[in-house]
Amino acid sequence: MRKFIDSLSSVWMQIAIWFVLLLPLMIGLGLVVKSMPLLQENSLIGILSSSTWSPMRGDFGFLPFIISTILVTIIATAISLPLCLLSAIHLTQYAPKWLLGFMHSVIDILAGIPSVVYGVWGILVIVPFVGDNLAPFFNAESSGYSILAGALVLAVMTIPYVLNMLIEVFNNIAVEYKEASLSLGATYWETIKFVVLKKGLSGILSAFGLGISKALGETIAVLMVVGNVVQFPKSVFDAGYPLPALIANNYGEMMSIPFYDSALMLAALLLFIIVIFFNVAARYLIQKTTVTQ
Amino acid sequence: MESAIVIKNLKVSSKEKLILKGINIEIPKNKLTVLLGPSGCGKTTLFKCLNRLTDLYPELKVEGSVFIGEDDIFHPKQNVTDLRQKMGLLNQKPYPLPMSIFKNVAYGLKLKGVKDKKILAEKVAVYLKQAALWDEVKDRLDDSATKLSIGQQQRLCLARGLATSPEILLADEPTSALDPISSKAIEEKFLELKENYTVIVVTHILRQAKRLADHVIFMYDGQVIEQGSPKELFENPQTETLKKYIQVGY
Repeated sequence: MRKFIDSLSSVWMQIAIWFVLLLPLMIGLGLVVKSMPLLQENSLIGILSSSTWSPMRGDFGFLPFIISTILVTIIATAISLPLCLLSAIHLTQYAPKWLLGFMHSVIDILAGIPSVVYGVWGILVIVPFVGDNLAPFFNAESSGYSILAGALVLAVMTIPYVLNMLIEVFNNIAVEYKEASLSLGATYWETIKFVVLKKGLSGILSAFGLGISKALGETIAVLMVVGNVVQFPKSVFDAGYPLPALIANNYGEMMSIPFYDSALMLAALLLFIIVIFFNVAARYLIQKTTVTQ
Repeated sequence: MESAIVIKNLKVSSKEKLILKGINIEIPKNKLTVLLGPSGCGKTTLFKCLNRLTDLYPELKVEGSVFIGEDDIFHPKQNVTDLRQKMGLLNQKPYPLPMSIFKNVAYGLKLKGVKDKKILAEKVAVYLKQAALWDEVKDRLDDSATKLSIGQQQRLCLARGLATSPEILLADEPTSALDPISSKAIEEKFLELKENYTVIVVTHILRQAKRLADHVIFMYDGQVIEQGSPKELFENPQTETLKKYIQVGY
């Protein structure tokens, strides 16, 4: 009887693992099947490289959405990643312990704020700031609802996740590595640069990967401030229309238009593939750095 | 007898307790000194004071002075990085830096400003040979240091420490994580190195102290109880604490 229960328990665990493994596969497969009707009518390359979006006429050009998604993500991460890295280094290597404890609660609060609240804050603070201050400073015209506003809100939203993980990474590096480096005559900064950052490199990369994935998928807050205009943004002060916003704004409406739902499914599939691509790239880099350490 | 290190009234306290209660000792030059005592007696803390790694532990409060030659390492205006290069450090467990075998040994040299690749290569070979590791790694110097066995890693750490041409070698229970063969290799190395270096070894193993020491400092509960030659201490202990330690080991 005990043997039977023993074998049964491992079977359950295997089923659980397979279920988790199959989930992304099933989601991906579902998206592929659903986007097939559009792909049978138009070539994938054509859809990806066209910038004409006119569903009523059957034109589904995804380029503006892809460009917006990438721009918002790149700018957001370019703002948040260095900010997080520097804060994490300071908090774990220089700051007194109480500050780290205090920051943990700040991070928890930031992470707990609902997306829609960030969106409202973006509309009230960031959009006017971009429209009235930043754009004039760079001699540009902007309503404020722009790629930059989306990126700024997004940057703030990714901070708690990336920062939290980076703090974890740096705290896990044994103090003996620092002792070794200092005892060899390195200054404290040299020790951080040559030993702490290097020792934590794979962790830093996964934190960045997490941040980018998070930024790519964030929907509501970005949709509220980014403007949602289908166009090829000429500057960061122009409005954009990222893929998640496209899906969220239109799914459920206008389903009578032929191929519309199929097009939105393709948008979801694209997003899915982009996120997977970044994850795999991050994994690959992590693998590579752990091998060379 | 010339002293390499002179410690004067050194007190270290954390928030909860006084860890070192006023240490006054002199470490003889070019001899092997063993710091002996049970776990928790303050040996490691004393050790961290010698090259001021106490800086990494803001919760510790340090008073008193540690003279390395003429220089007090705790003097606020002291150039700590230079003084630290005078001391090689070997920890309980090896902590190879996250880089290749070659770069681990070259690290201290590069910090000293050695940039010439040929000189670096020569010196790395010299110190790896001194640490008795050269033959095992000469064909894979660019491999990650973490690929070595623990015993090899510890010898790599020794080579790395020797590379800054220190005057003093500090070893904190350097064999406690090693197998008997690697331990023997390290011990033999120390006996060889004391010709040219002042070696200080922390241990709680009585037999190791007997095997290695020219001079023994016995610590208990944050204080130096007795010090002298191993013969004096082990054959004729003056205090009850040391007598008990020799008999039962704590």
